[in-house]
Amino acid sequence: MGYETVLVEKKDQITRITLNRPASLNSFNDKMGEEFYSALKDAERDKDTRCLIITGAGRAFSAGEDVSGLKERYTGDSHPSLGDHLRKKYHPMILRIRSMEKPVIARINGIAAGSGASIALACDIRIASEEAGLKQAFIGVGLVPDSGSSYFLTRTLGPGRALELIMTGRTVGAKEAETLGLVNQVVPAAELDEAVNSTAEKLASGPTKALGLSKRIVNQVSSRELSEALEYEAQNQDIAGKTQDHLEAVRAFLEKRKPKFSGN
Amino acid sequence: MPFSQILVETDPPIGIIRLNRPKVFNALNFELLRELVEALEAFDKDDRIRATVLTGNDDAFSAGADIKELSEATPVELIQRNQFALWDRLKKTAKPIVGAISGHALGGGCELAMNCDIIVASETAKFGQPEINIGIMPGAGGTQRLTRTIGKFRAMEMILTGQPITAREAEKHGLVNKIVPVEAYFEEAKKLAMQIAQKAPVATRLAKEAVLKAFETPLEEGLQFERRNFYLLFSTQDMKEGMKAFTEKRPPQFKGR
Repeated sequence: MGYETVLVEKKDQITRITLNRPASLNSFNDKMGEEFYSALKDAERDKDTRCLIITGAGRAFSAGEDVSGLKERYTGDSHPSLGDHLRKKYHPMILRIRSMEKPVIARINGIAAGSGASIALACDIRIASEEAGLKQAFIGVGLVPDSGSSYFLTRTLGPGRALELIMTGRTVGAKEAETLGLVNQVVPAAELDEAVNSTAEKLASGPTKALGLSKRIVNQVSSRELSEALEYEAQNQDIAGKTQDHLEAVRAFLEKRKPKFSGN
Repeated sequence: MPFSQILVETDPPIGIIRLNRPKVFNALNFELLRELVEALEAFDKDDRIRATVLTGNDDAFSAGADIKELSEATPVELIQRNQFALWDRLKKTAKPIVGAISGHALGGGCELAMNCDIIVASETAKFGQPEINIGIMPGAGGTQRLTRTIGKFRAMEMILTGQPITAREAEKHGLVNKIVPVEAYFEEAKKLAMQIAQKAPVATRLAKEAVLKAFETPLEEGLQFERRNFYLLFSTQDMKEGMKAFTEKRPPQFKGR
């Protein structure tokens, strides 16, 4: 696939999107924003992709917004609307990652700062190298959290810890991030691929529809009353109950063997 | 009846009508509307049918009027074509219609949805009146029904900006009864239609008529209208059966008489 700033590889129903501007710590210039979004859309539409991995090339996951573009944007009298920039560039990708009904793994190989951290936090599962870190870089340049980081941090950590990270802008190392629940698993850098791939393989051979519906439910229930959440679960269980994979699992159980899921 | 723009299915006691121009997001051309009205009128006369589900497909209920049919039209042609006469007939459908709406319900599609009596929407449904974007305005009831449903200010915003709203917003503002996942909206609508179809047919018909009267009359006149329909139902066999079954603690057997 002909992208300049992202690398898309597909193997065994797993698509891996690599942010690929290592010389700039995979910071998002507008081109990479467009290409990353387009790659996300392709992976979502591709029926043969049953798990998605997002990672960075070189030593960073992503340093966030590319600040080299700032000079042009701030010259002259015009003051750019950062809000419009976010709405156009970052909101679609964050929403796409959250709404895509297949598992998305962040392979956090190095620093994930600013909107780069937001993208990692938007993924379903985060696996980090010991050398990685998460940084709320916004306050350092006199700005506030964006691209969903306030939302994800507050829901994961609660307001007290979220505000600490947002207000100090300090880098949270991988180990601490694991303790806080910001990442699911931390491994030595040399073992990162093995850890990520084994999780991805498990998910890619899972009941894809049920995985997608589970994500749909989790996305919805946190803002609902228990009675509504129960109803929402029941509606989606009806759908999962009609999938071939569910019937296969039932058959496998009765035949005392492991199920073979097709994703349908 | 041979239909080319819609698919009609009878599954007594309910009837199902699907708008069937998927390539153009079920755009409403004259022919489709004519067929729709004929199918609904046929259901009204069919004793086996007690409620109808009206739907499109997952991607679109209907994206609105067929622009091709309209772009070259002169006012005189529009008057001669008189397509709103079909909408007037649509409004007179006597039996309850449950809308099963997914994807786009825009312009005429939104107006058609508002002609339903109950709306079940999928989570992916979008409602809007985007006519203003092409230099016109809603013409099949949008300014009136939307305003009566969601209020002046929200209706103004939708109609003057052309910006659509999501299913969740529509639910919040009272434009839809219920939202369910996209895989389930049609079945959910069928379930509701089936529930209605178990009731006494003359009663559902007169009750629907009385509710719709609320849009047409001052309160006093509406109350008088309601009362007359109420009295009228005491002349039906189904009323006697309903009350008898109630005292005998058994489910009623309604015959539509």
